Amino acid sequence: MNEKVIYVKNLVKKFGSFVANDNLSFEVYAGEIFGFLGANGAGKTTTIRILSGLSKPTSGEVNVAGYDAYRQSELIKKNIGYMCQKFSLYEDLTVKENIVLYGGIYGMSKSLIGERLVNLLEKLHFQKDENRMISDLPLGLRQKLAFSVALLHEPKIVFLDEPTGGVDPITRRQFWETIYETASRGITVFVTTHYMDEAEYCDRISIMNEGKIVALDTPENLKKQYDAASVEEVFIKIARP
Amino acid sequence: MALLNQGCREKRFLQLKKNNQMKKVIESSGVTKSFGSTQALDDITFSVNESEIFGFIGPDGAGKTTLFRIITTLLVPDKGNMKVLGMDSVSDYKELRKNIGYMPGRFSLYQDLSVEENLNFYATVFGTNVEENYELISDIYSHIEPFKKRLAGELSGGMKQKLALSCALIHKPRLLILDEPTTGVDAVSRSEFWDMLGKLHRYNITIVVSTPYMDEAIRCDRVALIQDGKLLSVDTPQNIRAGFSRKLFTVKSAEKYKLLKMLRKNQEVLTVYPFGDSMHVTLKNDSSEKSVSDCLSREGIKDAVIREAEAGIEDRFLELMENGIKA
Repeated sequence: MNEKVIYVKNLVKKFGSFVANDNLSFEVYAGEIFGFLGANGAGKTTTIRILSGLSKPTSGEVNVAGYDAYRQSELIKKNIGYMCQKFSLYEDLTVKENIVLYGGIYGMSKSLIGERLVNLLEKLHFQKDENRMISDLPLGLRQKLAFSVALLHEPKIVFLDEPTGGVDPITRRQFWETIYETASRGITVFVTTHYMDEAEYCDRISIMNEGKIVALDTPENLKKQYDAASVEEVFIKIARP
Repeated sequence: MALLNQGCREKRFLQLKKNNQMKKVIESSGVTKSFGSTQALDDITFSVNESEIFGFIGPDGAGKTTLFRIITTLLVPDKGNMKVLGMDSVSDYKELRKNIGYMPGRFSLYQDLSVEENLNFYATVFGTNVEENYELISDIYSHIEPFKKRLAGELSGGMKQKLALSCALIHKPRLLILDEPTTGVDAVSRSEFWDMLGKLHRYNITIVVSTPYMDEAIRCDRVALIQDGKLLSVDTPQNIRAGFSRKLFTVKSAEKYKLLKMLRKNQEVLTVYPFGDSMHVTLKNDSSEKSVSDCLSREGIKDAVIREAEAGIEDRFLELMENGIKA
């Protein structure tokens, strides 16, 4: 559990005079489920964009999957997976076309894409659905597929940005089981959510407020520290000044 | 004498309350709607009483938005009848629109107009002005008034939500329809939003609101659970919880994933769902919690704690969904 896959020290990100990320320091380990929580506007998206190589820090050290966020952002992109609820798959492409497209974007060889395609369809019991349009799939299936596609190139880390928003309670729980299963294979899962019960499933959580990380620990320890019955209570105590 | 008066007043209040409850603001009977081969709504029958906060709770694709569009006269049902404020949603749509405030899920603000301009625009469209009904929105609008010159597109999520609610209320509607106002909003802002809705009660506005968050059900007077275009249950939150048909147990252990896998394999376990820091478990008829805990400790989970617990709305929703799948 001690291999660091994300290392952030004194990260600052400014937009003009606005400080979106104010001196963040944290580490995330291999195979960990790390919950990244905070109120709307706290600065989470800014951090995730930096960690996934889409934006450069203003100052501070950031290393993701062994690569430096200033000089090696392209390598970071190749070694992470990303999925969000709003957009992940192209709705007007088929299941197979999406998989092939993403394989190409990740720079995988044609033979490797072909091999992973077969495995993936088999694992999801999707063999009969490979030529179906994404827009024809129920939301739950779409989400499972999007998660598998984010793991297509076997990244060390996968970022999930509100992956379960609006999903029914059974599918939401099935999705978390795949998260558990993924983490048990040693892949780090970095996840944001507004469902506070899901925060309890994480190994550790951080809570951001106004650009700063104000709490970071296991759910159990945070509940003890803030004398709260649930993570939701902790969250409300921290985010409501 | 004073006492008698008070008694009379109380009696009258109760009578009024009873009358109010009898007054239906929405009466939906057999409403059905399809889009091509997709059946969005299947025989939807329910009613909403005056000054109630009535919640529709269900996941994306359940049919909430389609139903709201029919209530707000924007869509016509294939079959069935929708009566709103005593009027027919199809034939009386013009009159009805004047009396409804609607906050759609995706879009309701003009991003390139300022806060103030948006509010004035909505007031003008409904033939009124901001001053006339300011009292109604002052609680909500006062939070964003300091930024009234800012473009709506540049507001934070929480501020957008407050402005959209102000715009939906500015013509003093008798019925307020809110489509997923709290989706994607953090737990603190969600709670504040529900506090604001609670305060609108005193203006006798009926509120119909949808949400994918099961925990928001308790903020409603009554809720309808909706899934795949069908109503699973319509009742008070208390009664819905009470409808849970089995004994519910919570099981806790530090090794959550292992615990989940073991419980799933266990022959005596009927259902198991992760719920926050514990698993919610029901057992097959003749099973006891003792044998489950023995079994877990044999499998190497020594720290498992099993307790009987009260079912919540989400437990009941899961049960109804499962029954639906089996049926």
